[in-house]
Formats: sequence, C-alpha cells, structure tokens
Amino acid sequence: MNAATRKSWILNAIALAALSAAFLLPIQSGAVNAYIVGLLITALINIIMATSLNLVCGLLGYLALGHAAFMGVGAYAAALVSIHWNVPLSFPLALLVGGIAAAITGVVIGVPALRLRGDYLAIITLGFGEIVRIIMNNMPILGGARSLRGIPRITTVPVAYVAVIICVTLMFTLGRSRHGRAILSIREDEVAATSSGVPVTYYKILAFTLAAFFAGIAGGLYAHYMGVLNPNRFNFDRSIEYLVMVVLGGMGSITGAIIAAIVLTLLPELLRGLSNYRMLIYSLALILMMLFRPDGLLGTAEFSLVSIGRSFKRTRRSAQNEGRDHSES
Amino acid sequence: MNILLTQLINGLHVGSVYALIALGYTMVYGIVKLINFAHGDIIMVGAYAALMLLTSTALPFGIAAVLSVLFCVTLGALVERIAYKPLRNSPRISSLITTIGVSFFLQNSVQMIFSPTPRPFPIRLNVPTIVIGSLKISGLTFVTILVAVLLMIALELFVRRTRMGKAMRAVSEDMQAAQLMGININTTISMTFAIGAALAAVGAILYSTAYPSVSPTMGALPGLKAFIAAVLGGIGLMPGAMLGGFIMGVAESLTKGYISTQLSDAVVFGILIIVLLVKPSGILGKHVSEKV
Amino acid sequence: MNPNPRHLLEINDLGIQFGGLTALEHVTFSMDPGEIVGLIGPNGAGKTTVFNLITGIYQPTLGSINLGGQTLNGRKTHKIFQSGVARTFQNIRLFKKLTVLDNVRVAAHNQMDYNPLIGALRLPGYWRDEAYATDHAMRMLDIFNLTEHADEMASSLPYGQQRRLEIARALISNPKLLLLDEPAAGMNPTETQALMATIREVRDRFGVAILLIEHDMRLVMGICERLVVLDYGQVIAKGTPAEIRQNERVVKAYLGGSAV
Repeated sequence: MNAATRKSWILNAIALAALSAAFLLPIQSGAVNAYIVGLLITALINIIMATSLNLVCGLLGYLALGHAAFMGVGAYAAALVSIHWNVPLSFPLALLVGGIAAAITGVVIGVPALRLRGDYLAIITLGFGEIVRIIMNNMPILGGARSLRGIPRITTVPVAYVAVIICVTLMFTLGRSRHGRAILSIREDEVAATSSGVPVTYYKILAFTLAAFFAGIAGGLYAHYMGVLNPNRFNFDRSIEYLVMVVLGGMGSITGAIIAAIVLTLLPELLRGLSNYRMLIYSLALILMMLFRPDGLLGTAEFSLVSIGRSFKRTRRSAQNEGRDHSES
Repeated sequence: MNILLTQLINGLHVGSVYALIALGYTMVYGIVKLINFAHGDIIMVGAYAALMLLTSTALPFGIAAVLSVLFCVTLGALVERIAYKPLRNSPRISSLITTIGVSFFLQNSVQMIFSPTPRPFPIRLNVPTIVIGSLKISGLTFVTILVAVLLMIALELFVRRTRMGKAMRAVSEDMQAAQLMGININTTISMTFAIGAALAAVGAILYSTAYPSVSPTMGALPGLKAFIAAVLGGIGLMPGAMLGGFIMGVAESLTKGYISTQLSDAVVFGILIIVLLVKPSGILGKHVSEKV
Repeated sequence: MNPNPRHLLEINDLGIQFGGLTALEHVTFSMDPGEIVGLIGPNGAGKTTVFNLITGIYQPTLGSINLGGQTLNGRKTHKIFQSGVARTFQNIRLFKKLTVLDNVRVAAHNQMDYNPLIGALRLPGYWRDEAYATDHAMRMLDIFNLTEHADEMASSLPYGQQRRLEIARALISNPKLLLLDEPAAGMNPTETQALMATIREVRDRFGVAILLIEHDMRLVMGICERLVVLDYGQVIAKGTPAEIRQNERVVKAYLGGSAV
C-alpha cells in the first residue's frame, strides 16, 4: 500500500466513523421517531441491494432484471431459520443462511442464464425472477400468497448499519482483488479477457452468485424488519427499482450506488408534502437525470475525500494555467 | 374436444392482442435496439382515451376508437422525440432507464387525473355469437382476431411495399448505411414509435373489451407478456412477434383451462426460459456470432 | 502422425468451415522454439482465422494443433493462454477503462492463487500474491517504457503505446509462443523501425517464439526467419524470406507483387 492510498484509507475511515457517530447516536438516544427509523432501515437495506446489483450490472456489465428474487429467497430462508431454530446467535446465522440460500439460487439460475448476453440475459433473468416469485407463492411452508407471519422484528438501525458496513466493505475489497479485476476485464472485452487467461464463465457465475448472496442478506434484514413476508413484494417492479438505483449512481461505482439508494429511498418521502405530485416528480426527475447525466451521478468513479481534494487542486491549477495563457496572449 | 377448441379459440383471442402489442416492442427493438418499457403504458393510455371518449361524448364506437388511436400515435412520437432521441448516442442502459421513467410518468399522470380506482370499460359492441355445430364463438372473439389479422397484413404490406416501410427495414439493417443513402433517420424512428403506439392502442381497445376494467397499472401485465411474446418469436422480427403472441395466448389459455389459473404465468415464463436457452434468438431468429 | 518433440508448434492439416464456406483447409506448418515466423497473404486469406484456431476462439472442423507435444484441440481459450500461447489483436483489444497496470495484472491472474474470501478479507495471501504480481507487471511496463503511465486509463494512451501495452499484457504470462496480429498497422516508418527492434528484443529476452501477421513487407522481410504464405485459406508457400521473394505463386497472389 503506498502513501497516497494509505492516506485515502485513513481519511475515509475517519469520515466514516464521524458519519456513523452522527448517524447512530441520535437513534440510540431515542430522539428519532419510529417513522424515521423505518425509513433509515429501508434505506440501509436498499444500499445493500443496490451495491450488490452493481456487482453484476456495474462490474460485470450485464443487465439483470431479477435481483429482487434473490432478496426474496434470502428473506424467506432467514425467516424460516428464525422461526424454527431457537439457538443463540440465531440472527447472524439466519442472515448468513439467507445469503447462502440466495447464492445457491444464483448458481442454479446463473449457470444456464449466463450463456446468454446483452438483452437476452436481461430477459432471461426477468423470467427466472418471476418464476422464483411464483414458486414462492405456491409453497405451503412459506405461507404462499397469504403471507408468512411471526418473524421476530429484530432488525434495528445499528444492526442494519453494521450489516451495510460489512457487506459494502467486502464488495469493495472484492472489486479490488484479482477476482474483481477479472470480472471488470469481462465487462471491458470478453474476448480479450479469455485470451488473457481469465476463465470467463467462472467469473460471470461468481459475480452473479456474490450479488445474489448479498441480496439474500439484505432480504434477511428485510424479513426481520417487516415481520411479515409476501412473495409478491419481490416482483419485477422491485428489481427495476434497484436497477434504477445502480444506473442513477453510475454503473460500476459503489459510492454512486449508495448515494442513489439513499436519495431514491428518501426522495418520495421528502416529496410527501406534495401528495399526489410526488411520484410524478420522481419519474420526471428520473427522466431528466438520464437526459442530462446518462452515465449516472458518478460514472464509474468512486467518491472519496482525497479525490475531491485532488480534483479541487486540479481545477485550481488549470485555472492558474488558463490565467497564464491569457497573460501570454 | 369442444372444450379444447374453445380454449384454443380463447387463446387466439388473447394471443392476437398480445401479437399486436408485441409488434410495437419488436419494431422499436429492431430499429433502435431499445426495450421500450413504456410501451405497456401506451396500452393503458389508449384504454383511458377510449373510455373518456365513450363515456363523455356521444361518439360512435368506431370514431372513438380511431380518435384514441390517433391520440396514442401522437403520444408515442412525442415521447420518442423528447425522451429517447437525445439519448441515441448514450449507453443503451440509460435509454432503458428513461423508458422506465416514462412508464412511471404515464402511470402517475393518469392516476392523478383519473384516480387509481379501476373503472368499468363500456362495451358498446353488439356482435352476435357465432355458432358452428355445438361450438359457440363469441362475436367479440371473432372481431378481435379479425381486426388483429387484418392489421398484421396491412403492416406487412406497409413494410414491404411503401417507401417509409422500406426505409424502416433499411434503418433496422444498418442505420449508418441507411443515412448515407439519404434516408431521414429521425422521421423513420419517430414513425416506428408512432406505428407501435397505434398498434398498442388498438390492442388496448380490444383488450379492454375482453377484460373490461381500466386502471392506471393495467398496461403492465399485457405489456410484459407481449414483450415476452416478441422475444419468443425472435425480437426484431415482425412475423416472430405475431407467432410469439399467438403461442403465448394459446399456452396461457390452455394452462388456465387444464392446469391452474395461478400457474399460467409460470408456464409463460417457463416457455420463455426454455426458448431462450435452446434458441436465444427466438423461434424465427438467426444466430449471429461475434467477429473477432 | 506423432508430434515431433523438436517443434514448439505443429499445425497439421488444419481446416475450418463457417456455415458451409471453407475458410481454411490443409494448413500445415510448424515452428521451433524462439523462432520468428511471418504469416502473410492477401486480405481475406484466413490469417487471423489461424490465430483464432490456435487460441481456441474457434474450434477446427479438421486437423490438429499441438504445442510442445500436447494437443490444443478442444481446449478453452483461457487454458490455451495458461499453457503458453498469448496473442495481440488486429484492432487492439485493451481493457479500456482499466488502468495500464491493471491491464497487465489481469493477465497475471493465474500467477496468483488466493481465493475470493482471502481477497475480500485482505488476508496475508492477498498481499503476498498482489505484491508479486504488481512487481512483475511493473517490470513488464518498464521494459515497454510504460512505467510513467501505469495509473492512467488504457484508453488515454496514444495508439503506439496501446500496441506496446497489448504486447506487454501478452508477455506477462511468460508464453512460449506469441501471436502478433498486424503489430505495425497504423504505424509510420519510424515507429515500425522501433517496433522491429522491440520484437527482436522480446524474442531474445524472453526466448519466446513469435508468429506474426503483417502486411508491411519491410518489417516481415526484415525480422522473420521463415514465412508461411496463405491464399484463399490454403498454404501456397513456405520458406525463408529470400525464397518467398522469388516464389511465382506468391508474386501472383499479391497481384504483380512488385513491392515484394
């Protein structure tokens, strides 16, 4: 690790700690009402969903339209563990089981689906996603369309917050390892990647499975926040919602996905005062955003305090250069 | 035997509506390689337009239908100009998200104007039931299939014979070459969206007469199924959309009749997955491999 | 026929058809370790197809490809890379939005063996492997004068440097055979001269055999020890540059061929 990256890590870690304190302290002290708490938990769960989908859409460069299904599988698996197994540490265990169940579903879907590319892959993930939902709807053990009830409501803001930190950190470090580079190389040029020794099939399935795993964990958090589960919550519309977050944040950017997840969770609520107009404004914002920033908020770049400082210096330097050019001419 | 025939005819009824809607998806995809998620909502707008004209004016059904089709045509072309044209050179995913934005926008505008409550669609078509032996075919079914088939023939002739139709085929083959040949790309693309919207509007009216309940989200399901129909037949291919639409309708109707209503969607998606895995380019599609 | 252990690459009666059209047939030639061989012929003769067959992008309809006595037939492209065949592309295929260093490190993928969990948790295996691969990659960039661009996006490099980066990426795996597809395309005479020196240096330094497709006859005649000439998917001549220059069929294939 060179000095610059160490400096960047330390700065970002301090910023993260400060943010955590500012974020968690008021909630711990009970100064925040239940409505806000619910909103925060939803935002945190959405962060995991958006960043995990980013592994497939942003890093691998494949469009997936069935991400909500993995969340659903994780939610049900985790809920069943909590309901039927009363063991110590059952919550983290339930989340892990949720993640693993979703990851297994990811492999089962990914192996056949990832032979396709482009729009065809998008469509087949849509198909698989809906089939998973319909199967869940028809499984008696899951309560089917009548909902699964009695899940302990133990997802709190600190729990979700810690889960977000762990998941996002793991996705970040994975993205910057030989595996992450291999996945990125497939996005850039699949032929060049396989010609450079990258086993592309393996890495496509790996990216897809990891995304499903983290979506499963988010699903577990969701189940233990809601207390009630209905398969139709994990439909195509919800998958689209997460896709919008990834694209809006900038495909390939984890921080972009995080910001977009927060903004898109809060925006409709902030617009609540405008009652009927709020979804209209939301959709207009979406269209205008795409028209004016087709690459999303951050493009593929990551938000970092050091890079802000750097770009600030750069602007100042170029401003100075311009000044010099003018004085010369 | 009669039950089977009745189910098949019901399947053709819904299938012909899917086929009309699927044509819009496929034509747009064939020309700009864009999955237009707002296409399903054009159906909904078409249904509301017809509903308004039929309930608040004394216009006869035919004129009301033509006017609502014209309304959708204008809307389709307008949406293309405002929301998609500026993104033609952007990443394709951006335009995809824009179509989703347009879809939300249309749903929410209609919801604001008409409230989310579903409204009954006034059927003012009095067609006699056709009886062949012991088999009864509802007049509506007959009219629907007839209208759909006639429109498909007209569309096929339009694309084969007219100047604009040839321009469309040229643009879908190779946009840059078509431009060099002096074809106006912008007009051609707008025209494609307009025709797609027109077919969707006709589909909307036919759909509403079969399922007479109009609501702001009513376009989602037939839209999704028509889209699958387009992929099934081979996206980008007009005969594929027609074939796909009929297959979807019949498969859905047979599942409802013989297996279970709940599983009919699963069967539809199952067919989609199998077709994509066996022949990704669709039933009528050609395999294209990447040049290295 | 038993593979001859002296040869590095043996291609025997190779043929491929695309939808009934024969693109290549009866292609037979061999290469020795450390040899520089030119694969030449008019446009559309099937030269790049030979590369795509050797690297497993296409599977041959007929014939066999052996590397160091082992068959490459039916092997996956990334496995062929691992067994010692690396290549560049006619129309440069870099990972455009990755840094110059990462472009090379992608190809060093198989020189690391930590698993995703070790990577995600940043355990010692990660640091050890990454340090080794980065070091190796930086040395490779140094050889190709790309060190100062290590952290830039590959797409920001000028054309000539992109070509050099592609060769660096190919060489990081210490291949036994390097396939260069029109390395001098788009270069001016000075750049081509420099490229010739680089290719020779690469061979001497890495002991790698080089098979290159090229239209620039000065380059081909200048550095190739042997030539294989393709026309209409068939080998029409093999020999030293001097022999090929006098070959009537070759001259005819190049229509007048006064340039040769």
